[in-house]
Amino acid sequence: MNVSSVKGSMSISSSTSTWKAGDTISDQFPAGLRVLVVDDDPTCLMILEKMLIACLYKVTKCNRAETALSKLRENKNGYDIVLSDVHMPDMDGFKLLEHIGLEMDLPVIMMSADDGKKVVMKGVTHGACDYLIKPVRIEALKNIWQHVVRKRKNEWKEFEQSGSVEEGDRQPKQSDDADYSSSANEGNWKGSKKRKDEEEETDERDDTSTLKKPRVVWSVELHQQFVAAVNQLGIDKAVPKKILELMNVPGLTRENVASHLQKYRLYLRRLSGVSQHQSNLSTIISAQDPTFGSLSSLSGLDLQTLAATGQLPAQSLARLQAAGLGRATAKSGIPITLVDQRNIFSFENPKLRFGEGQQQHMTNKQQVNLLHGIPTTMEPKQLVSLRHAAQSIGNMNMQVPPHGAQSSQNNPLLMQMGQQQQQQQQQSRGQILVDSTINHAPRLSSSMGQPILSNGIATNVSSRNGIPENIRAPGYSQTPSMLNFPMNHASELPGNSFALGSTPGVSILTSKGAFQEDVNSEIKGSGGLMPSYDVFNDLDQHKLQSWELQNVGMAFDTSQHSNSLQGNLDLTQSALGQQGFSSGQMNGHNRSAAVASKAMFSTGDVKELGSAQNVNQHLNNLLVDNTIRVKSERVCDTSPANIFPDHFGQDDLMSALLKQQESVASSENEFDFDGYSMNNIPV
Amino acid sequence: MESKHVNQQIAAMRQSFFDEEVLDEFFSQLEQLEDQNNPNFVEEVFTMYFRDSTTLLETVEQAMKTISITLAKMDKILHQLKGSSASVGANKFLNEINKTRQVLEKGNLEGTKAGIWEMRKEYDSLKAKLEPYFQLKQANSVPQEK
Repeated sequence: MNVSSVKGSMSISSSTSTWKAGDTISDQFPAGLRVLVVDDDPTCLMILEKMLIACLYKVTKCNRAETALSKLRENKNGYDIVLSDVHMPDMDGFKLLEHIGLEMDLPVIMMSADDGKKVVMKGVTHGACDYLIKPVRIEALKNIWQHVVRKRKNEWKEFEQSGSVEEGDRQPKQSDDADYSSSANEGNWKGSKKRKDEEEETDERDDTSTLKKPRVVWSVELHQQFVAAVNQLGIDKAVPKKILELMNVPGLTRENVASHLQKYRLYLRRLSGVSQHQSNLSTIISAQDPTFGSLSSLSGLDLQTLAATGQLPAQSLARLQAAGLGRATAKSGIPITLVDQRNIFSFENPKLRFGEGQQQHMTNKQQVNLLHGIPTTMEPKQLVSLRHAAQSIGNMNMQVPPHGAQSSQNNPLLMQMGQQQQQQQQQSRGQILVDSTINHAPRLSSSMGQPILSNGIATNVSSRNGIPENIRAPGYSQTPSMLNFPMNHASELPGNSFALGSTPGVSILTSKGAFQEDVNSEIKGSGGLMPSYDVFNDLDQHKLQSWELQNVGMAFDTSQHSNSLQGNLDLTQSALGQQGFSSGQMNGHNRSAAVASKAMFSTGDVKELGSAQNVNQHLNNLLVDNTIRVKSERVCDTSPANIFPDHFGQDDLMSALLKQQESVASSENEFDFDGYSMNNIPV
Repeated sequence: MESKHVNQQIAAMRQSFFDEEVLDEFFSQLEQLEDQNNPNFVEEVFTMYFRDSTTLLETVEQAMKTISITLAKMDKILHQLKGSSASVGANKFLNEINKTRQVLEKGNLEGTKAGIWEMRKEYDSLKAKLEPYFQLKQANSVPQEK
């Protein structure tokens, strides 16, 4: 069997080559199972590698989580299972676990010398499919293939149940291993890649044998249905099966829904925590230059959230989200820069948040992962769709100039948006953001079309990337959308903490503020938007509760745009200022950004730093100048002056801010992020 | 050329490790992983292990000396030592580590110091026992020195 041949976007066809459906591989299975083992202890790594080789697996070893993640990202279909240590210096094993679950949907086995109940439980809650106590026995490793098969089997089952199986002969569960493995492989490929390589796989899928599952594109309508179903069930009770039943969409599998739900939850979680940030972000984004490329993808998601919150027209949101989500999944094959990917996630998360509003935030702490899975490879097409969505969404007429003057244009647009949004509610924001994002769609890579995502995205973005600058940041595109969203939401969404308020520019700031908390977490991870994922995870784990609640509470309670805005603004400012630091760093370098982010996260637990580093890398492209973003922690000191340090069109931002402030008038911001004191930023 | 006498010596040494519980079954597991392609796998593993764990143990000892010791940090290091020591089958040393960790958890600084001291003793003893063992094995199995 040519196991080795399957790698990278091996799309199903290639992957299947390894496990030829039912041909040779079956006999040899589980030999050739492609295992990635991550452990910072070289002794253990050496032993594990040897053991795995003795089990006839194909082993790749890493001693750092970041390395592992990048290997996984560049070769999404290149591994069947991951073994990871829990305690690692650069990144917490659980964080890595979440990342993998969201992005690649591979089975992950945790290992540790620690056999404490708490830790093992943590493994369970984070989605590890097994937990091995060190010293690991070779016998234990001999059986890890079961997790791979099981996962595929489940996917198949879903597939089959949905009745939309395209594949012909493959039955989800073949009794023998051989079949199983091959079909499992196929199924697995499909399931996991479904989202990622949607686009790529379509062709390849056709080539592969049986297991091809029809790729699911989360259109706007579909997403709307999804959100409606989730809302109906209640975010806590929303299980894929029930959602599937409620949605009653032929051809949709439980698996599809499950992965989408995961992303959505993450998104919501982000939104709740980030709402403030988002508002800030959006403002910032708008100010910046909407690289909207990425935003578009996000905006879709955010839009959804917005829609969910009732602001945005469901349709538009659905559309946008679908675009975003769809893209995300489809694109796995696409080598999205890490940054982009991160952005996507970050965006998505916030977006989701909005949809669910507050409740979600709180509940979704853990869900952060959901969004991660949504790789937002925003492609121009996506953007376009987003754009459409955006347009339909709101009355925002901020049609972001096709991309031209990004920052300047955005700002005014954003500003408009902001204002409009206030009136309209987030939806419009989403739109605007979307629009802007879309416009800049081509620029996906470029700075994020930040402004657009005012609502959910905004926050994320801002926090992360320092949105203001974001727009410019090349990698940002993705984030921007996200950011905008949050921002807008903040102000508009009653529930959402985005107190974005009116001006997009302001919103950005506000979202920042809102984000502050989120951002902290988010920033931590990526320094920019990206880490929303990380951030959230951390947040969830640590502080989410305190924080998000705080934030959310703040954001939501206020429900007053002005207040939140104000707060956000302040936060943003400080955030920006702080972020500026980080973002500046980030621009070019992940590392420096990481450092910056680190610096930024003055919070006690900077666990995320590690992730921040990762994020930074991602952010690299994105934020370059995100001075704004990172600051979430510092929310308290908003000094406009220092908020936008350089990159960002400070003027724009400032004006946005000022505008906001003026309009806001009322409560400074409930948030006052004092409550926040980003101390909590789980790093 | 293998000398029967030396072989016996090697075997005896090895057995003593198990009898004294200096090593446990995980060491055997490692031995099982040795094969034609990797005749010195166990030794390689131990070389790596000694390298890292020496540093870790020193760090721990150093930490004990400093006034402000972060318990969590200490525990983290001990945890690392535990993981690798368990994986190579260094049984006695592992026991000492576990004892020390327990004491550390209770916040007993003095007890921890004593525990680390014991660990050091056991560790040196382990090294002193295994190094000649590997040397002998190496010299005995191949005509030339590795």
